[in-house]
Amino acid sequence: MSAAEEVVAEGHQAVEAVPKRAMTLGTGTSLVVLAALLIVPMFVKNFIIFQMTMLLIYGLAVLALNILTGGSGQFSLGQSAFYAVGAYTSAVLMEHGNINYALTIPISATVCFGFGYLFGKPALRLSGVYLALATFALATAMPQLLKLNFLEHWTGGVQGLVVTKPDAPFGLPMSQDTWLYYFTLIVTVAIYLLSVNLLRSRSGRAFMAIRDNEIAASSMGVNVALYKTLAFGVSAAVTGVAGSLGAIAVQFVAPDSYTITLAISLFLGMVVGGVGWLPGSFVGAAFIIFVPNMAESISKGLSGAVFGVLLFLVIYLVPHGARQIAILGQQFAGKLKKN
Amino acid sequence: MTAVRFQVAALLAVAALCTAMDSEVLAQKKYDSGASDTEIRIGNIMPYSGPASAYAAIGKAEEAYFNKVNAEGGINGRKIKFISYDDGYSPPKTVEQARKLVESDEVLLLFGSLGTSTNSAIRKYMNEKKVPQLFVASGASKWNDPKQYPWTMGWQPSYASEARIYAKYIMKEKPDGKIAVLYQNDDFGKDYLKGLKDGLGARASMIVLQEPYDTTEPAIDEHVVKLKASGADVFISITTPKFAAQAIKKAAEINWHPVYIVSNVSASVGGVIEPAGLEISQGILSATYTKDGSDPQWNADDGMKKFYNFVAQYDPKANKLDAGVVFGYAAAQTMVKVLQMCGDDLTRENVMKQAASLKDFEPDTLLPGIKINTAPDNFAPIEQLQMMRFKGRKWELIGDVISSEMDH
Repeated sequence: MSAAEEVVAEGHQAVEAVPKRAMTLGTGTSLVVLAALLIVPMFVKNFIIFQMTMLLIYGLAVLALNILTGGSGQFSLGQSAFYAVGAYTSAVLMEHGNINYALTIPISATVCFGFGYLFGKPALRLSGVYLALATFALATAMPQLLKLNFLEHWTGGVQGLVVTKPDAPFGLPMSQDTWLYYFTLIVTVAIYLLSVNLLRSRSGRAFMAIRDNEIAASSMGVNVALYKTLAFGVSAAVTGVAGSLGAIAVQFVAPDSYTITLAISLFLGMVVGGVGWLPGSFVGAAFIIFVPNMAESISKGLSGAVFGVLLFLVIYLVPHGARQIAILGQQFAGKLKKN
Repeated sequence: MTAVRFQVAALLAVAALCTAMDSEVLAQKKYDSGASDTEIRIGNIMPYSGPASAYAAIGKAEEAYFNKVNAEGGINGRKIKFISYDDGYSPPKTVEQARKLVESDEVLLLFGSLGTSTNSAIRKYMNEKKVPQLFVASGASKWNDPKQYPWTMGWQPSYASEARIYAKYIMKEKPDGKIAVLYQNDDFGKDYLKGLKDGLGARASMIVLQEPYDTTEPAIDEHVVKLKASGADVFISITTPKFAAQAIKKAAEINWHPVYIVSNVSASVGGVIEPAGLEISQGILSATYTKDGSDPQWNADDGMKKFYNFVAQYDPKANKLDAGVVFGYAAAQTMVKVLQMCGDDLTRENVMKQAASLKDFEPDTLLPGIKINTAPDNFAPIEQLQMMRFKGRKWELIGDVISSEMDH
């Protein structure tokens, strides 16, 4: 059942551009998930908390890509570059500028927004595979740019930078990992809500109009150039925030951390989670974090191949990713209620 | 009566002695998490996938070596459980895997994890947690910093050590030489250059030109031309394989025949010398510390016989010509030695103490005369290398093993 059919089936309210359900989870489900995310860290080891933090961080990065691809229909294989810029902005400000970690995050977001917006300008002339290729070039270039000599004083060159992990503020009785997790959770929830609202706003509708048919959108008065670059900017900003949080959680930045492999992982996370379905971003993030570990436990030498097989199964069985499973679940629940 | 009394007394004495010994033995048994009466858990992180997966041979050889030790009865009756994870050579993944090993698998220590930036990413964490990060498989000299990082130790000779050995060789063989240096503009190249200057000490002015290149450059021809123009008669090429081969070719092309030294990382016959040309590579110098598995001169060597037997029995799929297998064998052997020295005191503190008190230990696959020595203020286990010269189709060892320490 496509999104449009669903709207028709639902009937008579004013027709939203995107039905809420097509983009998010129901309020009840969202609250349950949020409650779980709040409570679980109290009962698990620090290592699991760290993994959950990474899950949220990669989830944010996938969400950013989802806004770009699922929202405005532009492909990007260059998200690792924005992630790197965010990570380095935070690391450099924290270690050389002695700026509080929390303050570096909006700065990263601003820097990355500018970077993404500027990159979006020339990218306007490209579409589809050509745009994917241009962003791919950006991702390949980024680790080398970070090694540049005249930046080395700040970036630490190949050696990278070690970042100090923040303590919990106000003397809260929790470990650094737990505090960082809740901090990340707050940022994530805020960005998630903003993203949902963005996509349901006038700008979001403009994004989607462009995605569905560029010519139609422009004839309706949508400023295609503006909204396309804006989508790039917003996506880059969110990725930058994820990068900042990632740098703080991992406590280390180095050019080797932000190679094209990261960009491809994020892309993969988006597809597995379901393109355009925001909660799926976090399912996708879980996939890219945990499935390689699973593959490794099955066969060390062939972990890549095992991962490939698992990915193939997912794409073949549920081509729309986690979104499809969620819809099936909802229908099933609906049937149960009727009986 | 007296006899009986004496017997009783003797029995009592024996019993008392036994209990005393017993309790003493018991008192000596000390464990941190990861060690018990039956098992020692060792963690390891390797790039089994990704761009550096060629190094995975090291991890596999180490695992095979521990299997051999277990099959022969383990270490003081304890079996080694070697838990090795893949990080794909990506630092954030290394952090995740290190945390998993320390916090979830609860290993006693991390051993032989590979890579410079990957190990840099976890060094602070390991030292905060006070978990040994032993025998890091990377040539950076930063692993020898016991004051700041008392829980991290390297193993192989650092790039700086190797460069100091070239300095010693040059000062001995060509004391009035003029040195030209071509170096890669990153931490690898700079580590080397610093070592070279330290080694030359007051005679650092022998370096007439030092020329950096970036890995992004497609060719380094013009650098070589410039170096020749400096009038130098000693050329040290601190390069990675692709550029090393280019430099050898270009020097021959412009008819420059200095004393030519190429860094150990680019001493591969198949990867550098053959592509550059065997004919023009005759007489090139380098240095090494391991025996070459493909060199027939070691066929009668006791250590290498053990190594070949080990490969045949425990790691039959490995290519014994792969330097990584030779490397992994020797590193694992060093690890086992440290654990044996720990005896029944398997605390993390004692592991570091024992690792820092290795005396003249000679693993089977290192060159004869190369001895591993460590001390509380010296966390650089291997500091000796031997010079070698390329002749015919292979490297020939020349001279004696040289120590990189300054006072020798």
